[in-house]
Amino acid sequence: MKLSSDNPFKKETELATDTQIEAVIAPTGSLQRSASLVRVKEGFIRTILLACAGVSILTTIGIIFVLFSNAVYDVAPDRIGADGKVKPNEAFFQIVSPVEFLTETRWTPQYAEKHFGILPLVCGTLMISGIAAMIGIPVGLCSAVYLSEYATPRARSIIKPVLEVLAGIPTVVYGYFALVFVTPYLLKPLIQDVLGFDVGVFNAASAGIVVGIMIIPMISSLSEDVLRSVPRSLREAAYALGSTRFDVSTKVVVPAALSGIIASFLLAIARAIGETMAVTIAAGQTAVVTGNPFESVATMTSYIVNVSLGDTELGSIEEKSIYAVGLTLFMMTLAMNIISQFVLRRFREVYN
Amino acid sequence: MSDQELEYARLLKRRHLISSGFEWGCRIATFSALLFLGILLLGVVWQAWGWLDTQYLTSFDSRRPKAAGLLAGLWGTFWLILFTAIFTVPIGVGAAIYLEEYARDSWFTRVIKVNLANLAGVPSIVYGMLGVTAFVRMFGWFSAVDDLRIETYLGFGTLAIPLPLGRCLLAGSCTLSLLILPIVIIASQEALRAVPPSIRHASYALGATKWQTIRHQVLPAATPGISTGIILSLSRAMGETAPLIMIGALTYLAFAPGNLNTPMDGIRDPQLILDAPFDMFTSIPIQIFNWVGQPKSEFQHVAAAGSLVLLVLLVLFNATAIVIRNRAQKRITW
Repeated sequence: MKLSSDNPFKKETELATDTQIEAVIAPTGSLQRSASLVRVKEGFIRTILLACAGVSILTTIGIIFVLFSNAVYDVAPDRIGADGKVKPNEAFFQIVSPVEFLTETRWTPQYAEKHFGILPLVCGTLMISGIAAMIGIPVGLCSAVYLSEYATPRARSIIKPVLEVLAGIPTVVYGYFALVFVTPYLLKPLIQDVLGFDVGVFNAASAGIVVGIMIIPMISSLSEDVLRSVPRSLREAAYALGSTRFDVSTKVVVPAALSGIIASFLLAIARAIGETMAVTIAAGQTAVVTGNPFESVATMTSYIVNVSLGDTELGSIEEKSIYAVGLTLFMMTLAMNIISQFVLRRFREVYN
Repeated sequence: MSDQELEYARLLKRRHLISSGFEWGCRIATFSALLFLGILLLGVVWQAWGWLDTQYLTSFDSRRPKAAGLLAGLWGTFWLILFTAIFTVPIGVGAAIYLEEYARDSWFTRVIKVNLANLAGVPSIVYGMLGVTAFVRMFGWFSAVDDLRIETYLGFGTLAIPLPLGRCLLAGSCTLSLLILPIVIIASQEALRAVPPSIRHASYALGATKWQTIRHQVLPAATPGISTGIILSLSRAMGETAPLIMIGALTYLAFAPGNLNTPMDGIRDPQLILDAPFDMFTSIPIQIFNWVGQPKSEFQHVAAAGSLVLLVLLVLFNATAIVIRNRAQKRITW
């Protein structure tokens, strides 16, 4: 009676549930069995799905392992050659010193006198990415502003997907276009005939131009998303103060979305650095440190492709060198990606 | 009007001039990008005109431009994308289901999420290096000299898997799968996230288990979004060239994988289908790359014809994705 004054229903409900459960379980043990079977099955499925998610971790470990074991330190046990002598497996940096790799200014793995200085390849990569950024960033940002601030919803719904087609075109087609159209019909008449600079058949400028166009949709899509997430009230406040659309765009909306815009620039440049086929086709393969965009340059990616195309002996220094170049490329793009994520997180403006 | 008012009117006019100038600048930038797309497409069509015919689609590569064809590349790309889809779809969707439906916010989940974002930014050629070591050479675990094979009799033929895989089509497909996996996972996660929690709660309330809920409620609702993501990533895989060159796709090849030159060959001799994944291969973008590098100028037209075929295939893929998305938007309302 004391209990019921506290909570009159408590005891009764508990009793009811207990009897109910007993009533269900007691006569049918099979239900209990099938319930535990279901639990085993659920756990099994969960494990399989976890393994699927683990594949992405394995991929990363695999990439790092492949690059490090071929470039920095070879973990494979020593082989015993046909003549009975022990042949140590050596990675690239166990043969070539990292100091030479970073400071030497010649890259001549194919010649008798071999020099392994990454500088010419990095220089070629940076030149092409630089040209690409000079084209892609202004055009991409301007189209993002146009799509978010000026275009009617109907125009945007047409223009945005069409712009994204540019990102879907295979890079080998861009390379073809650079070689067959950009160099002979744009650079030769404009630069060689009018300005008088020599333009090679293979040149950094044509590759840079097409890579720049390739990254436009990346910048415009990502930037437009962040521009549109800037709240309307900010724009209205600026208009109320007598701003023109130019003032609102450049002094309110773009600064408010700056972290996302810069992140999109960095991602696009990372893509330009890793771009391979357009560069291999259009920029040639002369590894030189040069400031002239109208001559042939080699990039890190085009060197790797050209070594893979030729028949290099497995285990030769030339074959190993592609992993050192690949490691440099991987580090550069990873750094850009990490910085862009950091910028997004650190400088994001949050509106409620 | 006073001097001050005149000055004000002048400044106001200037500000409006700047504003409309800026608007036109942005408009021109956008339309110049569209114009470039138009020029690129027209240029390819113009160069390919007269070169893309049935002879081109039904014959193998040749040293003579007029006789060169895309058949080896068409078959190679078909097999590559088929196996890439077979590997990517279950793993990618499975990983997305785990991350969206099962994973709690632990350090492991956070590592996977950061890792996915970074993997999506790794250059494709680096995946090629991974593919050479992991699939073509299998880390040197097996001696290539021994010619080791796992053979299974399947009723209509023998499936013989060489170890290591070597420079075969399957190694290419595995590499492409790893390459597009992050994109498939991220797209599938978004599709799963778009399914409202109320659907799951209703299913649980009726006594369904977690997997029953996912299998019968969440996955069907997310299928349009997931398949759009998969089709778009497969179209990216279709245009990939660099990792396949690293794997060892041949730039000049005068036969299709497994000597399977028409679908009829496969019906006549099913063994050819089992041989195809382990055969040497080329693909459409690799044939284009090869033709672009040929000194004879007629090969530029051959390359343009190949580019046109590739672009048409990509348009078909993307159109399918758009149709699926539009249908789903009409049907599902919540």
